[in-house]
Amino acid sequence: MLRDITIGQYYPTPSLIHRLDPRVKIIGTLVYIVSLFLFDSFYGFGITILFLTGVIILSRVPFRYILRGLKPILFLLFLTMVFNFFLIPGHVIVHFWIFRITEEGLYRGLFVGFRLILLILGSSMMTFTTTPVRLTDGLEQLMKPLSLIKVPVHDVAMMMSIALRFIPILLEETDKIMKAQQARGADFESGNVFKRVKAMVPIFIPLLISAFRRAFDLAMAMEARCYQGGKGRTKFHPLKYRLRDWLAYGYLAVYLAAIILLRKWI
Amino acid sequence: MGIVTTDNLVYEYVRHDENGDRVGVKRAIDGVSIDVEKGQFIAVLGHNGSGKSTFAKQLNALLAPTEGTVIVCGMDTRDDEQIWEIRKSAGMVFQNPDNQIIATIVEDDVAFGPENLGVETGEMKRRVEESLKAVGMYEHRKDSPNHLSGGQKQRVAVAGILAMKPECIILDEPTAMLDPNGRKEVLRTIRRLNREEGITVIHITHYMSEVTEADVIFVMNHGKVAMQGTPKQIFSQVEKLQELGLDAPQATILAHKLRQGGIPLPEGILSVEGFTEAYRALPEAYRVRNPYESIPEHVEESVTELNNEAPLLELRDVTYTYSPNTAYEKKALDSVSLQIRQGEFVCLIGHTGSGKSTLIQLLNGLEKPTSGLVLYRGQNINEKGYDRRALRSKVGLVFQYPEHQLFESTVLRDVCFGPKNQGLSEEEQKERAKGALKLVGVGEELWNDSPLALSGGQKRRVAIAGVLAMHPEVLILDEPTAGLDPQGRDEILTEIARIRREAGITVVLVSHSMEDVAGYANWVHVMDGGNLLYAGKPAVVFSHMEELRKVGLDVPQVTAIMRGIFGPKKRPAMDFITIDDAVKALSIEQ
Repeated sequence: MLRDITIGQYYPTPSLIHRLDPRVKIIGTLVYIVSLFLFDSFYGFGITILFLTGVIILSRVPFRYILRGLKPILFLLFLTMVFNFFLIPGHVIVHFWIFRITEEGLYRGLFVGFRLILLILGSSMMTFTTTPVRLTDGLEQLMKPLSLIKVPVHDVAMMMSIALRFIPILLEETDKIMKAQQARGADFESGNVFKRVKAMVPIFIPLLISAFRRAFDLAMAMEARCYQGGKGRTKFHPLKYRLRDWLAYGYLAVYLAAIILLRKWI
Repeated sequence: MGIVTTDNLVYEYVRHDENGDRVGVKRAIDGVSIDVEKGQFIAVLGHNGSGKSTFAKQLNALLAPTEGTVIVCGMDTRDDEQIWEIRKSAGMVFQNPDNQIIATIVEDDVAFGPENLGVETGEMKRRVEESLKAVGMYEHRKDSPNHLSGGQKQRVAVAGILAMKPECIILDEPTAMLDPNGRKEVLRTIRRLNREEGITVIHITHYMSEVTEADVIFVMNHGKVAMQGTPKQIFSQVEKLQELGLDAPQATILAHKLRQGGIPLPEGILSVEGFTEAYRALPEAYRVRNPYESIPEHVEESVTELNNEAPLLELRDVTYTYSPNTAYEKKALDSVSLQIRQGEFVCLIGHTGSGKSTLIQLLNGLEKPTSGLVLYRGQNINEKGYDRRALRSKVGLVFQYPEHQLFESTVLRDVCFGPKNQGLSEEEQKERAKGALKLVGVGEELWNDSPLALSGGQKRRVAIAGVLAMHPEVLILDEPTAGLDPQGRDEILTEIARIRREAGITVVLVSHSMEDVAGYANWVHVMDGGNLLYAGKPAVVFSHMEELRKVGLDVPQVTAIMRGIFGPKKRPAMDFITIDDAVKALSIEQ
């Protein structure tokens, strides 16, 4: 059920990509996403796939596991492609009843579909290879300049990592509460929308109470371990660029250059 | 002066109304003075609500005294300047293993304290490694806490404190939410830290068996220290302990009862070994002949002995697989067949992960078997068209910590939830709810209160009433006594036994306490690794002592004592499983 969602779940395995500085991976992902929108030809995909394949091989995350992450977006993908197939005007190749598929539509649909798939695959590589803690560490470090204009960067980062820690716990708890209420005869499956929303109350309230109780406990545990906000804190994993990180930036730069050159020439 | 001292400590919880005026004061700690020496193992005992947890928070400066003083390593907890130094010196481990782990990776969590203290990275790495090794969790340093057992999580929490280099560790009921194996793990760890690393330990608990090796025990009651002394001194006052809502280990109670019967056993017996030795040292005249010799070779144990009706619930060759066809595939149950007959008090034992929880969810159709049949009154409940919602009111299931599912604004309305789902009229709903609340002993004065305002034991009763109000024929309870103190535990179990008698309900109880199983069940199913290991009368099942221990389970302490004294050459057909059994067998004027 709820526990089976795998999209973006960290995949623990020793690899070069896993060891990279999270800042490299965050910047890399951003550059990668932008790059996907820099070209309009299928040649661009060639370069992107080449780049991504390199990353996937180095990451040692099984390809099947990565593909599983596409499952939740299959419907969206299908919808986007179909809309493009039918709705883009141009040279008609298939025509039945009121539907017509145009050459341009087919091209566009496949193009957008490809782009979406690469977008998801590429950005999930970041979460597959970076623990949420490292990710927030990286974000915190990258956002640090913002604290000069009084943005509470450390606090937000701490909140994010705590949320990440408790999401699986709360999901499991939801499962448990649902079952317990079902054991008391609750029915979540039948009735109209209004009735179903009302049926959620016996799940939602206990969940809320439990979340508050956990928050209270956790706050106390953090205080007991001398947490006083970001001031004077040191890091267990201080972020320091190493040679491999610079090499990764180099790899990224080569990729970006290739995409830009491609845009110029084609 | 010791490492932790309190002098006439008083703490009051003050309640305010919306305008900030004081409306109520509750004195949680009332004049406690203790003195803890460096390197000691101190135990603080008390029933729920005796003030022991509040006391723990005082020692860590999470609360400041209303009156009196608390001095930790020479620092006054009222001094705000030194608050972080105090928390570093007297680290604290809490009850709930999940709610005190902050990071998503074990070693990151252990590093959380040192990070806050501003420890330099190289030193931090050393400390994290040392601390994880000290609690035996180094191999798990890269794991996610979500994949650890309760006992392992608590060891990580201890490591997190150790990494701050404390002088003293305060543990606030660290084992209350763990299964017996987890409890043993945690206890072994803290004992070792105390003995080998010389760390002062203040262990707060209501499990008496955990404190038999403490240097000094403080027993708290109504915010005061009611008893104080070595384990021997404390446990020789069995009656006083029971008055304070606590119990003593079975060895102690057995010795106490036999002493009353004129057998000169010494005072202060705390363990199986202690009892066995003391008994062997008795003069010949006070010792009995081996009572195992009078147990018949074969015990008649056909099911017809109970009654010969068709079983009420039955599992036939049931297999249940989690996440089939994936990497996480796991067989929770492996072709299990068992029967539950009307009117029985059935206990289900097995350690965490043995398949108990899956089994009880199959019984009321919340889960479906991967293969095999689940029958209720001879009918397959997973057949098309079978009304499983109606079944759930016949086979009532009370989950672990059921009070976490309460959600209505009043106790009465919450208990009405089940009957309402059955489609009963409002009159009838109330009728049933009131009946159920009376049955579990929740007084009328509480019916219009918010369920959240009740005490732990009362909440749990309300939750059980919520299932009873559907008038089930079978009541399944998953560890209904988890987290309760001895008195609360005895009360709930006595009530369940009474409800079974009075309302004629069949009871299926999942339990980790062999003593409870021996005391209440008339039929026991033992689960191990998804298989049914034994099924039978408790006295017969517990005669398999070695086999049970091999799979990480245990027998009641009395059984171990009887075996220890008389050491029968081969497994008897039946064993002595309750204190009364043992008293009868060891009395001389039989």
